[in-house]
Amino acid sequence: MNEFLPLLLVFLPFVPALISFALPERMAVWRDVINISFALAKLALVGFLLLSVEDGVTTEWRYEFLQGHDFILRTDAFALLFITLSAFLWLIATVYAIAYFGRGPHLARFFGFFNLCVLAATGVAMSGTTITFFLFYELLTLATWPLVVHKGDEKSLRAGRIYLIYTLAGSAAFLAGIVWLKSLVGTIEFTAPPDLSGIPRLELTLIFILCIGGLGVKAALIPFHGWLPEAMAAPAPVSALLHAVAVVKAGAFGIVRMIYDVYGIDTVSELGLGTPLAVLAGATILYGSFRAVMQTDIKKRLAYSTVSQVSYIILGASLIGPFAIIGALVHLVHQGIMKITLFMCAGALDNRMGIKSVADLDGAGRAMPVTMAAFSIGALGMIGVPPTAGFISKWHLGLGGLQSDAPWVIAVLAGSSLLNALYFLPLLYRAWLLPPSAKLASVRELDGAWNRMLILPAAITALATLAAGAFATFPFSPLSWAKLIAESGYLK
Amino acid sequence: MSPLDLLVAAPLAFMIAALLSGPWGRWWLLAAIPVMAGLTVWLLLLPEGSGHVVGGWTLPLGVQLRADGVAQLMVAATAVCAAIVGLYALHEFAPGADRSETAHGFAFWPLFYLLWGGANAGFLTTDLFNLYIALEMVSLAAVAMAAMGSLRAALRYFVIALVGSLAYLLGVALLFSNYATVDLTLLAEMARPDLATKTALAVMTAGLLIKAAVFPLHGWLPPAHAAAPAPASALLSAIVVKVGFVILLRLWFEAFPAIIAPAGLELLGWLGALAVLYGSVQAIRQDTLKALVAYSTVAQIGYLLLAFPLVATAAGTGGAWAGMTIHATAHMLAKAAMFLAAGLMLKAVNGHHLKDLHGLARAMPLTVAAFGLAAVSLMGLPPSAGFLAKFLLLEAAVEQGAVFAAAVLLVGGLLAAVYLFKPLAWAFAGSDTPVVVAKAPLRTAAPLALALLAVSLGFAGQAMVDITAGSPWAGPPATEAEDVQ
Amino acid sequence: MAIVEHLYPLTGAVLVGLGLYGFLTLRHPLRQLLAVNVVGAGIFLILGGLGRGADSTDPFPQALVITGIVVAVALTAFGAALILRVAEDERAPDGTAADDTNGNHP
Repeated sequence: MNEFLPLLLVFLPFVPALISFALPERMAVWRDVINISFALAKLALVGFLLLSVEDGVTTEWRYEFLQGHDFILRTDAFALLFITLSAFLWLIATVYAIAYFGRGPHLARFFGFFNLCVLAATGVAMSGTTITFFLFYELLTLATWPLVVHKGDEKSLRAGRIYLIYTLAGSAAFLAGIVWLKSLVGTIEFTAPPDLSGIPRLELTLIFILCIGGLGVKAALIPFHGWLPEAMAAPAPVSALLHAVAVVKAGAFGIVRMIYDVYGIDTVSELGLGTPLAVLAGATILYGSFRAVMQTDIKKRLAYSTVSQVSYIILGASLIGPFAIIGALVHLVHQGIMKITLFMCAGALDNRMGIKSVADLDGAGRAMPVTMAAFSIGALGMIGVPPTAGFISKWHLGLGGLQSDAPWVIAVLAGSSLLNALYFLPLLYRAWLLPPSAKLASVRELDGAWNRMLILPAAITALATLAAGAFATFPFSPLSWAKLIAESGYLK
Repeated sequence: MSPLDLLVAAPLAFMIAALLSGPWGRWWLLAAIPVMAGLTVWLLLLPEGSGHVVGGWTLPLGVQLRADGVAQLMVAATAVCAAIVGLYALHEFAPGADRSETAHGFAFWPLFYLLWGGANAGFLTTDLFNLYIALEMVSLAAVAMAAMGSLRAALRYFVIALVGSLAYLLGVALLFSNYATVDLTLLAEMARPDLATKTALAVMTAGLLIKAAVFPLHGWLPPAHAAAPAPASALLSAIVVKVGFVILLRLWFEAFPAIIAPAGLELLGWLGALAVLYGSVQAIRQDTLKALVAYSTVAQIGYLLLAFPLVATAAGTGGAWAGMTIHATAHMLAKAAMFLAAGLMLKAVNGHHLKDLHGLARAMPLTVAAFGLAAVSLMGLPPSAGFLAKFLLLEAAVEQGAVFAAAVLLVGGLLAAVYLFKPLAWAFAGSDTPVVVAKAPLRTAAPLALALLAVSLGFAGQAMVDITAGSPWAGPPATEAEDVQ
Repeated sequence: MAIVEHLYPLTGAVLVGLGLYGFLTLRHPLRQLLAVNVVGAGIFLILGGLGRGADSTDPFPQALVITGIVVAVALTAFGAALILRVAEDERAPDGTAADDTNGNHP
């Protein structure tokens, strides 16, 4: 039974995907019920696995799909970190999406592909070999495209085109890298990093560049970040779950896997590849923040903020040190919770009051206090104000920088936090302290079940942002889990 | 009796039956499908490489039919394609008020069986002259089917195909004068690297490259394939070009591996690479859907040629060989699905251009899904059979250090994504298109079934690799060359 | 003597060359079809001449030639019919030719 558990966990969303595609629009209520119940079921399954992995029991499922090529799904601690995040946020985003769309057009298609995306993200997390990882990574690209073009207008089609060109080109580079590496050392299992001694340094470096470049596209590392702001043409639930969490995290997750489970930190530091990557990540952090300051569209501003924030993970992973990796792992979760809060609030503001640009925010805090409160918590988290989750991440990353003899990291973190404050605080100022326009004053935030359902998910994740920071030392908190992963093999 | 004979004879019998029964001819399909399915299963169960000489003549005189891995795979894929396309055609050519449609319907069925029988003969025979006959059967049926769409394109196709056939026949004559046999297996044993043999190989290859529409001899394909009715286009792109390709394989890797110069393989590889790039760029430039799909065939055939040098130098793994044959199979299924889906979509909107597809993803989701799934396989994205093929080829290219071939494989996939997502983007555009209820569920199911098969065959990777490994020359021909000397 | 021995193949080769030249230079499909037939005749001559031994005649190439001729005749007839249909279409006064029923092709 246990060996099928990973398979079940990955392919569970396939059922609601098929049902969503097949159900006619008049049975939309059933579609909602099924989607939510499967999200709950998955969360329960993940909870069960969390307990067993904490006891040190990992389960795996393998299938030799080609001679010499294993398809492996494994529940190790690192995989579960990402899965727990995606399972929790899937439930949140499903509820949010149902409330956001109400009864709009092509929702069957939307929920179908939405589920396929979650399937792919879970598969990415649980992949046990590079080729398995690639299969799900590519599936994620394919399943996201229909969601990006969901609105079907000129802007989303353009976004879809740009998204595909970037991500497919990235996947091609990644595929070239892993096939090349495999031709040198055979099948690469993440639990048993290959022996890379004896391979020319130049080849190893080139493969590393191909792989990181390919993964960096999804992780929106500069100069491959161009698709992410464009993809904001998608509806808010897509931006919230996929662009803030699933897609960019799949890239960042893959980079951590490459550094720690394929090359191994010893090889990476011996080849001298960590520092250039860390510098690139640092540049992305500053560049993303800088661009975010200049955006007037709220979603665009959040998108550039994502570009910046995801690179914290890469920065932490490439610094190579106990505190840095803990910071990276914990930020993988924290950034997801905080960013989804912000996107869901931005979507709610747009949905209820038509607020799209920063200038429209005046007085929004009085019209929609719960939404803006959640937004504020997310924004403060991004800036890194204690006791939010963002503070924990930045604290560990900063210590990691000092520990790895890279004091410039502190400067990057400080500069980025300053820029974060610069682009988030004016929003909070406008929303809370400026007088609302007449139009906004007439909105009643919590009237009606649909509207409450729209606000509730953001409120929950905002509370989670606070809790992850305030209760960081409790067992099963993201920080404790990141420490567990680091102790179980990433510290060496 | 052997399934090998029957696989050729049965379609011809159905052809005659369809001719004789006039307007009722189309219903023979319902008998043909179970018969051919049974025969195909029988063929797959035969021990690999088991041959059979027709009519009890001994080899230099008799015509040998043989079930090796590539034949088994191609015959099976042809059977699946032909059966599903046939079911689609039952509706497409159903007699209606329009007289011209019924005339097409009457002409289609005998040609359909002729093509099926000819293709099976082409995949199974080891006799070069009999292969010529098979080639002509297939070409005749193909030209006639193309003529259902555009007479002028068909005429162009006909004249060029005729030259190809004659070039091939000239080569057969030269070989016969040299070796006094036209059987591949016998030729393999006594091949000498003399001028006559090399000339023969060159002219035969040129002829087959025309038949397989390999760049730069592809000019006839796009107009002919784009203009034909959907089921005919599907058969042309899926099956007809593969017959020329399989004969090319037999010549290069079974009959004459010992005398082939690496330069020749390189040349074919280059042609393949150019075909991939040129076909893809042309496909991107098209603004009518069927022309786009037809140019995609030109590009996809390129991969098969690109694999030639990889197969020849495969270091004992046979991965390139498996990749090439799986690519042929995957393309067969996916391209048939794509043409059928394109036919349905264009008929629904009564147009030909990409922009006519506006909003179809809502109007006919299943058909657009079929198109999308077929596109996944053609782009070589997981988990499709197309991905498996591309992955195996890429692996072989990387292992052999063939950087250029690897780059073409990757870039070709990206270009395919560019041209295939163009129609899909139009289909996903807009949000106010009303839902169209499919009038013929069977016709909607046909492309979907083919596309799902093309995608799901990716899960049966090892099974397909095992089948293809059952070819006498699946390993590196270097060892074969030693056997000869 | 050598010339006489290779009379058939040589004549065949000349015919192939002539036919090929004709095919490449002539533009009308009917002429092209005839040129291709000349090429075919040349090939059959090469094949047929091979079986002509000093004392006995090998029937195998003859059988091949006969089969080939049957195929060639069938194809020529088909090609002629196709050319005829195209010509009829071109002559159609209203321009609504049966050609391009799908309209994909200019």
